[in-house]
Amino acid sequence: MTVHATSPQFKDNAARALADQQLQRALGNVKRGFIDKRQKAIDKLPEFEALRDSARDIKTHTLQHLDLYLEAYEQKVTASGGHVHFARNADEAREIVLAICRAAGAQTVTKGKTMIAEEIGLNAYLENHNITPVETDLGEYIIQLRNEMPSHIIAPAVHLNATQVEQDFRRVHTHLEDKRDLSEPVKLLTEARGVLRDRFLSADVGITGANFLVAETGTSIIVTNEGNGDLTQILPKTHIVLASIEKLVPTLEDVSQILRVLARSATGQEMSVYTTFSTGARRPGDLDGPENYHVVILDNGRSSMLGTSFEEMLRCIRCGACMNHCPVYHAVGGHAYGWVYPGPMGAVLTPTLIGVDKAGHLPNASTFCGRCESVCPVRIPLPKLMRHWREREFERHLTPSTVRSGLGIWGFFAKRPALYRLATRAAMAVLGRAGRSSGRFRWLPLSAGWTKHRDFPAPQGETFQQRFARERGKRRAA
Amino acid sequence: MSARDEIFANIRRSLGVKGTEATRRGIVADRLERAPRGVTIARGQVSGEERLALFRTQAESALATVTEVASAAEVPQVVAEYLRNHNLPAAIRMGEDPRLTALPWDATALELSRGRSEGADLNAVSHAFGAVAETGSLVMVSGPENPSTLNFLPDNHIVVVSAKDVAGDYESVWQKVRFAFGKSAMPRTVNWITGPSRSGDIEQTMLLGAHGPRRLHIVVVRD
Repeated sequence: MTVHATSPQFKDNAARALADQQLQRALGNVKRGFIDKRQKAIDKLPEFEALRDSARDIKTHTLQHLDLYLEAYEQKVTASGGHVHFARNADEAREIVLAICRAAGAQTVTKGKTMIAEEIGLNAYLENHNITPVETDLGEYIIQLRNEMPSHIIAPAVHLNATQVEQDFRRVHTHLEDKRDLSEPVKLLTEARGVLRDRFLSADVGITGANFLVAETGTSIIVTNEGNGDLTQILPKTHIVLASIEKLVPTLEDVSQILRVLARSATGQEMSVYTTFSTGARRPGDLDGPENYHVVILDNGRSSMLGTSFEEMLRCIRCGACMNHCPVYHAVGGHAYGWVYPGPMGAVLTPTLIGVDKAGHLPNASTFCGRCESVCPVRIPLPKLMRHWREREFERHLTPSTVRSGLGIWGFFAKRPALYRLATRAAMAVLGRAGRSSGRFRWLPLSAGWTKHRDFPAPQGETFQQRFARERGKRRAA
Repeated sequence: MSARDEIFANIRRSLGVKGTEATRRGIVADRLERAPRGVTIARGQVSGEERLALFRTQAESALATVTEVASAAEVPQVVAEYLRNHNLPAAIRMGEDPRLTALPWDATALELSRGRSEGADLNAVSHAFGAVAETGSLVMVSGPENPSTLNFLPDNHIVVVSAKDVAGDYESVWQKVRFAFGKSAMPRTVNWITGPSRSGDIEQTMLLGAHGPRRLHIVVVRD
């Protein structure tokens, strides 16, 4: 793990994000852009819920037989003239990529969007070894110019506004006319297209991710709207696919089921513009396509998730719907999460990849509203898994002592119902009377964490337990 | 132990797998052999005129444009007309597909060149392997007949597809691919293309013409 994680500082990150007006404006695009489009696409497909079950079952079945599907996949890739490399961790994956690049005499590599490359910190590593990585996905290109991490798994630059992009383009594209008009997003897009076209044509190696690997045929699949992934992989002599072990699916039919929920969940499209199935190297007679085809399959702790409650997380197909629907993500954006994967899926995955001691705040950054689970195309019970992390954090004594002692006091009363009823009744009565005039408290002892940001409403009437007893009595009488 | 062996050993340990596991191997071999179709999408289960109409509607909603011709011989005229209507140069690049090379291009003023794209061609013409009505997607396979670079580098991509190759759903196309290339075999590249290139990466506003073609024009040949 070389990507520096700021996840331990989640609270500070979040506070900064909340105060960042530019970021808050940009985050408005998440709510506007994704939620309605997804809903509209789903309303048009009556089989959507059945497809979610199907996608979940396919991934679960594959994970249960992962060793065998990996074996079948490896054989097929080799038979079609490709090479499969296995990497236990980020270090090994980077070394494999570097060795392939060196063998190809590479100076420049183009990159399609790959989260695995982010996970292993590939760009910095290649630069340190005098190889220039060029991101080609528009969002990734923009954040590379800014030396930032993606803030969203499918919309890496969602935290930025067009004016910021314009400033970056003017700063970096110094070979272009100073007075050119970049006032509209389409002009920014056209400029990036022109600049990157030359990079595509001159790259020695192309590196892409993989949305799926198909065991039946030894095929890697990428899904894009821009076409950058395709230009990355068909123009250079060498194509490297970066994938992780859980990307496997058994057959072309299986992946067709999952593709039907992927784009709809991600961008609300019925199908992304380019879905590309690549199998092995250039064939005899082919006029284009890579002569060398390598697949690097990363484990990085995933095999140890199998057989545990976190196995379900390995079904994730990286659509981003969970973060698009997350009130915490809407409020703080992706960078606050402090590592590669943000939002609810990141809150579950990050502790397994960098340790709960570093990422323990993330599973706590949830309101448990359940929207992430309700939109997940492969039905990952994200809130339940976040709760598991909270339990582990507590067991390992990583929870702050104030929280632990608070919970201890609550536990003492909760285990003694008569005392609990008496204490809550007394507390409600006192608070109710004290807050009678305004109906709220601006400050309460031991509750500054709450009252610093919002008022605490003064309790009125009976306690929940009193009312529950009364209602139950009424119902019995009736 | 090599990285590969250790990863496999760890997966098996985590899954609690021991011994020869003939049952598990049987399950996997069976699934790879049978390739079950899963949930069928009612929308795609149409045929004839209804299927062609669905393909057209779906392709257009993905912002492609669609023309139909009664016979392949009309394709060169339609291509020439399309380029003229969009004020584009009367030059096209294409591969060696006999379904394209045999057409009466001489009857037009189009300047033809053959081969892969090197990045400077404005217009390309390809022939699709098939299409999928369910989402209005084209299915392209790589090879000297239709080099993959033609799908991505030119600004304007014109794709010819036979009406009889328009399938209802993806599964039907996979059956055809297996028939043409062999079971569990694949061409180097299969591209599903649904509309022209686009990006939503700047302020989540969808803009056409990212890295791939700015325009996608589909010519359906009904013979």
